[in-house]
Amino acid sequence: MDKKNSKTLLKASGLTKKFGSFVANDSINIEIKKGEIHALLGENGAGKSTLVKMFYGLLAPDEGNIKFNNKIINLLNPKFARAMGIGMVFQHFSLFPALSVSENILISLDEKLTKKQLEKSIINTSKKWGLKVSPSKKVAELSVGEQQRVEIVRCLLQKPKLLIMDEPTSVLSPQEIVNLFKVLKNLSKSGCSILYISHKLHEIKEIASKVTILKSAKVVDTMETKNVSTNILAEKMVGKKIIRLKAKKNLKKLKSNLALSVNNLYRFKKNQFGVTLNNINFTIDYGQVLGIAGIAGNGQVELMEALSGETLGKKEEIIFENKSIGNSKIEYRRQLGIEFVPEERNNHATVPDLKLHENTFLTFFGYHIFNKSFFNKIFTNPKLSIQASKQIEKKNDVRCPYDNPLAKQLSGGNLQKFVIGRAFQANPKLVIISQPTWGVDIGAANIIRQKILNLASMGKAIILISQDLDEIFELSDSIGVISNGNLSKIKNKKNMTPTQVGLLMGVS
Amino acid sequence: MESLLITILVTSVPILLAGTGELIAEKSGVLNLGVEGMMLTGAVAALGSVLIFGNPLAGIFFGALAGILISLIFSFFTIFLMTNQVATGLGLTIFATGLTGLIGEPFVGKTISSLPKIEIIFLSDIPFLGSIFFKHDILFYLSILLIIAVHFFLIKSRYGIIIRAVGDNHDSAHSIGYPVKIIRLLCVGFGGMCAGMGGAYIPLVLTPHWSEGMTAGKGWIALALVVFASWLPFRLLLGALIFGGITILQFVGQARGWPFPSQFLNMLPYLVTIIALSIISIKTRSGNTLVPSSLGKPFLENN
Ligand SMILES: Nc1ncnc2c1ncn2[C@@H]1O[C@H](COP(=O)(O)OP(=O)(O)O)[C@@H](O)[C@H]1O
Ligand SMILES: [Mg+2]
Repeated sequence: MDKKNSKTLLKASGLTKKFGSFVANDSINIEIKKGEIHALLGENGAGKSTLVKMFYGLLAPDEGNIKFNNKIINLLNPKFARAMGIGMVFQHFSLFPALSVSENILISLDEKLTKKQLEKSIINTSKKWGLKVSPSKKVAELSVGEQQRVEIVRCLLQKPKLLIMDEPTSVLSPQEIVNLFKVLKNLSKSGCSILYISHKLHEIKEIASKVTILKSAKVVDTMETKNVSTNILAEKMVGKKIIRLKAKKNLKKLKSNLALSVNNLYRFKKNQFGVTLNNINFTIDYGQVLGIAGIAGNGQVELMEALSGETLGKKEEIIFENKSIGNSKIEYRRQLGIEFVPEERNNHATVPDLKLHENTFLTFFGYHIFNKSFFNKIFTNPKLSIQASKQIEKKNDVRCPYDNPLAKQLSGGNLQKFVIGRAFQANPKLVIISQPTWGVDIGAANIIRQKILNLASMGKAIILISQDLDEIFELSDSIGVISNGNLSKIKNKKNMTPTQVGLLMGVS
Repeated sequence: MESLLITILVTSVPILLAGTGELIAEKSGVLNLGVEGMMLTGAVAALGSVLIFGNPLAGIFFGALAGILISLIFSFFTIFLMTNQVATGLGLTIFATGLTGLIGEPFVGKTISSLPKIEIIFLSDIPFLGSIFFKHDILFYLSILLIIAVHFFLIKSRYGIIIRAVGDNHDSAHSIGYPVKIIRLLCVGFGGMCAGMGGAYIPLVLTPHWSEGMTAGKGWIALALVVFASWLPFRLLLGALIFGGITILQFVGQARGWPFPSQFLNMLPYLVTIIALSIISIKTRSGNTLVPSSLGKPFLENN
């Protein structure tokens, strides 16, 4: 490395940020060199987004300072940051769906251009870096990958010296990730520094030369990535040794093991943003985990809705233990012993503003109606649902901030443990789970994954819909890939590699 | 025929003005149901100021000013204290109805002079069309120019795009550095100014003396009009004429003894809006989202 390249671009000293009495960043020190790709690693809630929001002028630090090119800067709002040469691509994008791509870009450019000049520079920039965007389309019509390209182009038009990317790959396909990494590497060659936020270890090894690890609001360590293994990174990030999952016990293969079969399942898309399910076929046996991989938005939501009975179709499309249930409602399917954990834990799996026991009551309400006396059909007995909730909390290590909280007061990981525990509490024969560890920290994710394996060991059937390839390979016995509403042939895990699955995911 | 068309045009002005203001406020994401109240405030302020200063132009100024001031109450509650917009808007109208009744008490029975008509040279000489379109008061011309200006402002100008952006996704607007609350405050203020002028038009041109609640539901029609227009300025202009025409039809119908009850015609603007809404919802289902996505949602900073 020559001297020029090793100059410091940004240096933060003693940065502290509090929300009320909660400390989200505790005297953080970090130094980013010119032209380097610097990774920021940490679990959900470690304080990564908070830190970079201070670099972008969205949050004001309570203590400490930020030096940019050796001068202390005071970023009053994002305009100041952009003027200094700091650009940011947000974790949850910051685009406007009803506006066109060029309008989206126009209002975040502080330089005033005419529409023609703007479109020309959008096209030039997108060609230069290989980021395909179409200026006249509405953002609502774009795929997530395209939306991210728009965000990046929007930053590049300002010719940034530092580009901050907050968990950019959580929504991308493996192929899109490859492209993104190419762009980032080229950018860094051209002298732009990149602060790359992620909690995926192999990504960090691949793209970054340095990594700063954040845990519970504090910097744990900063190191060169080439000298460190992903295992060590993981341990530093979590703060303890990562326990390996206990493998599941396999059942003896029986003739009558078939739990569910899906035959030529077809659902036309509900709106233009939806996906049409095309001729889906698969079967699952008891004691097995069937993993369905795929990038979000390829029909997973629609498949879940069809399996759970939120959308109905022909009777014979879904057969559970010789009963045709393709046209029966969710309550009936529950009575047969099927449970569902949809991917949205807020609003879909729970009502955020109701207490945990009330949420428990809502799912078990069906049983009350069918099994109880007339009196119990009308009145409820909160004692029962409180009892059930407490059991779920205990069995699944759900940590509540206080007794009987509202669903929205639980952290993501704890709420997810609750939702999954609630499904298991009903003693189901088949559980269909979508994205169980999405946005959940490693600790909670491990507990959830172990629960899934344990359940399969007990002879239950599990359908696991997930976009996390590591998770799919870790838990499943057999794997299928959903892409654009089509499900690939289900194959035994032993006959598949992550690369093969990745390729199937990209077909569209 | 000629006088009928003129009456329709003039009747449309208050709802056109109020609708223009509300359109901007809603484009920025704020649903202000207090339009009726703001119009009443504008009307009473206009009437009072003409009585005091003797000049109808003062009526326009003070009507607009009063509209802005009362909209600040709404903004303070909804934008800064984050109260529910629907409830606050309804409250504003109830409050303004009472307040204007009190203020207007001493004006009862007094008549003011109307806004002078301005004939536009050459254009007003065009046979038939000239006397329909080009012999009006200044506020009439202003209201037409305003809606045209709003159209181009929203589509072409940077600030118009920013307003639409704030109404589409206030969190994104905040994260790229726009002051969401200030922008909304300004848009609601503009809405108040327009509603104030729309209200002022009633005593200044239509009926030159005070009676309690003299806006007679025009604020509600203006609200329906914005929805009917699906937040598009030129559709708003068209809708204002249609709604204005329906209002006049009521009087004509009564005068000529048409065989259906006047209540039916009273109902028509809302009926038309419901039909328009159904058509819009069909359109949106096919993906064409017209409603500003964050309409009615409070913006909480620090998220
Ligand atoms: N505006 C806010 N108000 C209160 N707490 C917040 C706010 N933003 C973030 N937090 C809290 O700060 C912690 C760190 O959040 P964040 O920086 O988003 O974490 P990360 O990006 O590493 O997942 C979390 O516990 C989060 O709940
Ligand atoms: Mg984050």
